[in-house]
Amino acid sequence: MPDTIVVACDGSDASARALDFAHARAKQIGGDLLVVHVLEWSPYSFLTPDEIAERHVRRKEELARADAAIIGPIIAKYKDKGVKIETAVKYGHVIDTLIDAATTANAVEIISGRTGNSGVMTRVFGSVAGTLAQVSPVPCTIVP
Amino acid sequence: MKIIPRVATTLAALAAASSASAQSIDETVNAVFASSTGWFVNFIFAPIPGTGFPWIVAWLVIAASLFTLYFGFIQFRVIRHSLQIVSGKYSDPNDAGEVSHFQALATALSGTVGLGNIAGVAVAVGIGGAGATFWMILAGLLGMASKFTECTLGVKYRNEFANGTVSGGPMYYMTKGFAERGLPGGKFLAILFSIFCVLGALGGGNMFQANQAHEQLAGVFGAYPGWITGVVFAGIVFAVIVGGLKSIAQVTEKVVPFMGILYVGTALVILLMNVQHIGPAFGQIIDGAFTGAGVAGGVVGALIQGFKRAAFSNEAGVGSAAIAHSAVRTKEPITEGFVSLLEPFIDTVVICTMTALVIIITGQLMIDPTTGDYILNEAGRIVTLDGSSGVGLTSAAFASAFSWFPYVLMVAVLLFAFSTMLSWSYYGLKAWTYMFGEGKNQELSFKILFCLFIVIGASANLGPVIDFSDAAIFAMAVVNITALYFLMPIVKRELNSYLTRLRSGEIKRFH
Repeated sequence: MPDTIVVACDGSDASARALDFAHARAKQIGGDLLVVHVLEWSPYSFLTPDEIAERHVRRKEELARADAAIIGPIIAKYKDKGVKIETAVKYGHVIDTLIDAATTANAVEIISGRTGNSGVMTRVFGSVAGTLAQVSPVPCTIVP
Repeated sequence: MKIIPRVATTLAALAAASSASAQSIDETVNAVFASSTGWFVNFIFAPIPGTGFPWIVAWLVIAASLFTLYFGFIQFRVIRHSLQIVSGKYSDPNDAGEVSHFQALATALSGTVGLGNIAGVAVAVGIGGAGATFWMILAGLLGMASKFTECTLGVKYRNEFANGTVSGGPMYYMTKGFAERGLPGGKFLAILFSIFCVLGALGGGNMFQANQAHEQLAGVFGAYPGWITGVVFAGIVFAVIVGGLKSIAQVTEKVVPFMGILYVGTALVILLMNVQHIGPAFGQIIDGAFTGAGVAGGVVGALIQGFKRAAFSNEAGVGSAAIAHSAVRTKEPITEGFVSLLEPFIDTVVICTMTALVIIITGQLMIDPTTGDYILNEAGRIVTLDGSSGVGLTSAAFASAFSWFPYVLMVAVLLFAFSTMLSWSYYGLKAWTYMFGEGKNQELSFKILFCLFIVIGASANLGPVIDFSDAAIFAMAVVNITALYFLMPIVKRELNSYLTRLRSGEIKRFH
């Protein structure tokens, strides 16, 4: 079974660079790519009665939007470029969900871009790439 | 931006100009309201012939006890599993992004935790004495079984519309469930329930809230005409439910749970400060529950107050929670029943008891030192330290420990009142559209009516408002519980099937 590389994708320029890098790396090792897009979601947030009644519909819309705006262009760009690509749009906490996807797929590596925030912003809000590097169960590459 | 000072100036001018006539506006509203709703209130609270015991209280107690026995003390058997479900241990990760059990519970709770826990409890102990607390706790524990039954049915028989939104609640399980069992009268019960649900939404879910919010504001800022509070509240509610200003609702939904935690936290601190009085307070509660300790109506008086206020607070058997819980995504309707039974526990057994204990241990209820009995006024209510009742009594009890607490309580009361109104505007609307059909005009007419009743509620006296609110809510329970009796075998079948599959490992734990 070929090795799988998980690449985090949020549709930003940084994640496009990460995807390019991951694609080249997968080609190099003869592996597959699993592109994961995470929609931030907590099952413990508070919703109004209206939001609850509409949640199922909104979820469908959000998944369709993610497919159209983020996943579709990726598949179009890398189709028939010599690497098998699978995609997944998942709800949850970004880091936990990425790690969960990597563990389930027996991935050999996680690749992510970074926004390049520094100083105060990162101190206050943390950084996905930084935390991922800290807690990833497999080797993790952060693409600048 | 210019509109805000202009509105403020207008309101100030109105308040000043109306000082002479305002009292008469309030009085007129009050008189018309009391005379037009009196017959309904009298019917609902009519005593069982030959006794002083209202039949409606017996109705709720018997139902909750029967459900408890029929489902084999379900509320105690599955509580651990309920907590596991709420914490997401049985949630399929592939369903992430759908409404979780926790969210359904939190939203339903923010509809029920509110003035019932603050003002209602004060009314209960203000009339029924400390003993009312015991009956309130018992009613809360028994009510868990009623809630379990109705919420399971709410999810099982909800309607899913073509656009993917869901509507559920007693009116749907009455029609679909009765049809499934081949029973007649489902549609009739559903319409009757919807009528009472609209009245309940306008009464307990609206006027009572507006009324107590005004009392709280007047308590802090000094007396002023109630209709001013009513107009301001109605304006904000109108902006949210008609104008679509969802951000206000979202902020409220997020702040209310923290106010709840702050309220319980403060109550706990006061209890810890008076730790030596907790034992005697429970002594008073138990003693009062079985001896009556000189309250109007004795033991029965205490029991009636305890059960009434518990039902009003946790709404078990009323049917409103079945509307709130019906939107959750689950393959097993019974799991939502397990989750919902936590509601009366949190609402009544924990939060209401906290309020009652704080009122009791801070010595708000005046006791005659020679007889050891409560001192009663002409109306048969217990005389309190500063003469306050309702939310004012709770406020005074908390203020005796922390003088700044009335301000926090004021904000909490306003937010609770507001979030309860939003929840009930939703329940009422669901009943309204069930009767008159889904559509923009139907929705708008109900929403405008709802806002009008806010003004009436804030203007009227506590007595007639609280009586009508209770009567409307309990009328819902009359219809809902009738349906539950016919449909409970369906819930039993679901329960047995689920528990068998849980034991065999067919129901998977994901985390």
